[in-house]
Order: sequence, then structure tokens, then C-alpha cells
Amino acid sequence: MSARTRPITTTEGTRPFAFSEAALAECRALMARYPEGRSKSALIPILHIAQAENDGWLSVNAMDAVAGVLGLQRIEVYEVASFYSMFNLHPVGTYVLDVCRTTPCMLRGSDDLIAHLERKLGVHCGGTTADGMFTLKGVECLGSCGTAPMLQCGAHYHEDLTIERADALIDELRARNSRTNYTDR
Amino acid sequence: MGRQLLFEHINTPGIRGLEGYRANGGYRSVEKALRTMSPEAVVEEVKASGLRGRGGAGFPTGMKWSFLAKPPGVPRYLVVNADESEPGTFKDRYLMERIPHLMIEGMITSSFALGANTSYIYIRGEYFYVARILEQAIAEARAAGWLGRNILGSGFDHEIHVQVGAGAYICGEETALLESLEGKRGNPRIKPPFPAVKGLYGCPTVVNNVETIAAVVPIVNDGGAEYAKIGVGRSTGTKLISAGGNIKRPGVYEIELGLSCDEFINSDEYCGGVDGRAFKAVVPGGSSVPIVPYELFLRTAAGEPRLMSYESLADGGFVSGTMLGSGGFYAYNDAQCIVRSTWNHTRFYHHESCGQCSPCREGTGWMEKVLERLEHGEGRTEDIDLLWDIQRKIEGNTICPLGDAAAWPVASAIRHFREEFEYHVRFPQKVKDPKHFAKEPFVRNANFATA
Repeated sequence: MSARTRPITTTEGTRPFAFSEAALAECRALMARYPEGRSKSALIPILHIAQAENDGWLSVNAMDAVAGVLGLQRIEVYEVASFYSMFNLHPVGTYVLDVCRTTPCMLRGSDDLIAHLERKLGVHCGGTTADGMFTLKGVECLGSCGTAPMLQCGAHYHEDLTIERADALIDELRARNSRTNYTDR
Repeated sequence: MGRQLLFEHINTPGIRGLEGYRANGGYRSVEKALRTMSPEAVVEEVKASGLRGRGGAGFPTGMKWSFLAKPPGVPRYLVVNADESEPGTFKDRYLMERIPHLMIEGMITSSFALGANTSYIYIRGEYFYVARILEQAIAEARAAGWLGRNILGSGFDHEIHVQVGAGAYICGEETALLESLEGKRGNPRIKPPFPAVKGLYGCPTVVNNVETIAAVVPIVNDGGAEYAKIGVGRSTGTKLISAGGNIKRPGVYEIELGLSCDEFINSDEYCGGVDGRAFKAVVPGGSSVPIVPYELFLRTAAGEPRLMSYESLADGGFVSGTMLGSGGFYAYNDAQCIVRSTWNHTRFYHHESCGQCSPCREGTGWMEKVLERLEHGEGRTEDIDLLWDIQRKIEGNTICPLGDAAAWPVASAIRHFREEFEYHVRFPQKVKDPKHFAKEPFVRNANFATA
């Protein structure tokens, strides 16, 4: 079984989805960047927008809306969304913590960081805290090996983490309580 | 410190913006190429420089460019591979973040040489914030007339677009990248046809790494012959090395190819020596290249001092050598466990296998399982031979090089550190603690005698 073939969610947390006007305008601008007849190239950037507009994950309704915007068969959207690991196919917490666990981070203590976060948040990697605040994800190399260990939250890299700095980050995020997305400016 | 061709101004205040970049000699290569050179002459300079692809494969860039098909009436594309995902590698991010105009300048000059009126930067999705920096730099360049129609009155038009990915190591492979750029799953294509003939949208396409394209700037400014004077043998010019792991001074260093490995890892100008008690092993070129014991990193099997170059690091083949790869360098101290690291490497490749080819899709998963049980003291002696057997059956049997990349770390770990694998089988209780070598480093043979 390939990790690149993940099931999509057809029931849990599914609710109506519609792009905002601003997002639709952004989608159209993206589609115009490619040659005539090649607007499918905008699929991945548009999925990022849809995910940001759907509380950080891609429901069937959100993916179907993407298919509608691009004029694609729905399966063309599902097969792409399920391939790329930044697309969440289940509901996630307010914050998704992508903790890098690949070898260069491991050499600099990512195992300890992950174990600490699992204990502190009371979830295993892949899980979401009961209060819906944090989803903890173990992810592969984020290109931050010289500043390891590290985690990504939304568009932001939090580098050179120690247990203390990770704790402070969690407290700060909890106090702020507002969703971050990869697409944040 | 050797010559700095890409990083000369990396710490100059204001270098990220167009004004600061231009004030420090930026965009001269565009002026020189568009005003005084033919596209063919630019290609010749790149050929003369001996520049080799900096993404990892090390293929001569000028030759790759000369393969580009030029059927009349068909658009040609330059695609910059900014999918930097090879574990240990973070140089492209550093370069794009701090001096974004360098790559953009290189793209304009290179696109002029290739006859491409549109180019794309395919950047990994996790680098979204870097994509924003690039978009801003492109907007600045366009406003100043470095992009758009009839650049510098030369008649050459060019536009650059930034395309984000969404988390897939395989999209660093050039044909998977093109598939992804077309809005599909990142499954590598069967070659031939090569992208130079049928690439993006079926059109002739050159895919080059960020650092490769940036290097075109000094090559055009100073001439290919000048660039080729730096380095050793067929390893010309400078190379960005991302240094991590258990060293005192992690970071990105621009080195002249041919620098001694000893100086690189131990001098305070670069890695600054070991963070911990002693060095144990080195992966010099990203997780896909063979891991070698520290002693074999410093010296070849014949006892010659090893150099940071394509040829010297590969000296001894896979028996005693390794590869320069992407320059994703990381070193291990003696608290690290090679079995645990190999398990970690293999989990990565299993996670990142696109699933097209059975040997890779299944084999990486099998290796991960076997390594997990070995690391946790649940392995059997025959598991070591089983691992060897699986990696051999992956290598060379897949559409793209991810299969080889998954096999080599396993093969080299067993080749050089077999006793450590055997230790895990013979002393399962000792390896239950995940930090089993932190308190008591593994010493070859000694532990067998005393444990």
C-alpha cells in the first residue's frame, strides 16, 4: 500500500462549501497564468486555497467545488489531493503542527521533541487534541536541517526548537486561538 | 574562505530588494547577454564553465541545454526545480530567501539562451513563505523592465511564474515535477522521451536546479573559462553545501569544489568539528547517497586525502566511496545508532514512494518493517541478509531513481556497519532504550567481547 494513496473522507465533518469571492478571483488569476487549455496546472494552488477556506482540510464538497472551478472530473481532483501530504483529508485542529522527523532532524533531537509534544498534547502523531486546538503531524524533511529540530505551523517555520521553546510556542498559539494556513501572507 | 560567487553579497543589507541587488552589480548578466551576446554564445559559456547540475545528479548543464529540441513554432520552457526535498538539503531555500533576485536574474539570462519566453519556478509547498518572497521579487523585476515584453529593447520577451507544490519528495525528480506542474499526481514519466524533447505540455523543456541557474550569473558575467579555473578536474566552480547533523556550526557554506573534506568538517570556517564526543559517520550529499564511516570520509581506501568534489567523494565506488549529490551534508556523532538512522531513512523513502513501481512501493515498506523490528531488539540474524536482498532487488528496477535512492542508504549501512546490526540481534535488551548508544557508544568488536 502506497502512502500516496490515502482515502478521502465522505462523511465525517462534511458540510456545504463555497469559495469566497476573493478566493474565486484568486483562482481565476491563477488559471490565467498557463497557456490556453492548460488551466489544470492551477489545480494544486487552488486546492491550497480551498483547504484554507475549509478550516484546513479538503472535504468532498470542497474538492467538488475545485473541480467545478477548473472544469475537471471530480476524480481528477481526488487523485491529486490524495497524493500530496500537505492536503489534509480529514478535519484538523485550529493549528496543524508539522514536526519534521527525518534523519537530519533526528540527529538533532526530533525524537525527543515529538515524544514531548505527544505527552504534552495527549495525542499521537496524526491525532487532534480533544479541544480541537492542535493536530500533531510527523512530516518528512522540511529543508530546515541546519536549524533542527523544527516544526512548521501554517506558513511559518519554527526552528532551533528546544523543549522549552516548543512549550512557549504551544502556549502562545493556544492564547492566540486563530487558524493558520500554509497560504497565509 | 574560498571564492564566493553566489554568496558574495548574501549578508549585504538590502540585498533582498531590487535596489540593493542592483546596487551590488545585479542584473549585469542580463545586460551583457541581451545586448552583446547571441543565445548560442551564452550556451557556449555555460559549456566552457564545466558547470554540472547542482540538484544532485551532476549532469553537465551546457550539454543538457544543447539537447533542447527547437522545432519551429513550438514554445520552449525553462522550469526551475525549487522542490528541494532531499533530506539534509536546505541551500536553495537559503539562497531564494536571502537573495531572490540572483535566481531570477539567472532565469532571465538562461531563458534568453534557451529561447524560452515563459519559465516556471516549481517550489515545494512547504516553502510557501519563500514563494511569496519570490513573487515580490518578480513583481519588482517586472516593474523595472527586467521582465515583460522587449526586455532592454532586445526583442526578447519573458515572464516568470511561481508554482507551489503540496508535499511530495518525488516531485524533485524532473518528470514527476512536470506532471505535478500540469496538475497531476507526481508520478515520474518513462524516459525517453526526455524533457528536452517532450517536457512541459509536451514541449521542449529544460529543468534545472535553483543553484545551477544562479551559477549562470557569474558564468556569464566573468566568462565560462574564469569559472572553470575554480575547482578540481571535472568539478569546476563553487558548490553550496547544507551542513547539519552533529557538527558545531550548521549552516549553508559556499565552498570551492576540491576543498579537503578534513578542512570542511573540522575547520572553524565551516562545520567546526564534532558536537559531541567523536564523529562516527558522514552522509555528504543528501540521504540518498551512501553513508560512510568518518575515516572513509576523510581518506579514500587507498589512504589519499578526500576532497569535496564529485570525483573524490565517489572514489572507491560504492565499496568505499559515496557521492557529492545535492551537497546535503550531515554528520553523526558516536551517540547515534546506524540501525535507527537507516530505519528513519527507509521510512522516509516508503512514505515518499509514488507507488508506480512494485519493487519500490513494496520493497521500501518491507525494509522499513524489518529495520523497525531490528532497531527495537525484535530482529533475527537472517533479517540482515533479507534487507540486503530487498535493496538489491529495488536498485535498477524502477522507472525513476527513487528506488536506487532508497536502496543505497541501506546497502551502505550494512556494508560499513554490519556489526552494529548484528549487535541489535544479539543484545535485544540493550537496544530497548532508544538512546542505547548515547551513554555507551558502540565500539566495533569491543562490545561483542564484553557485553
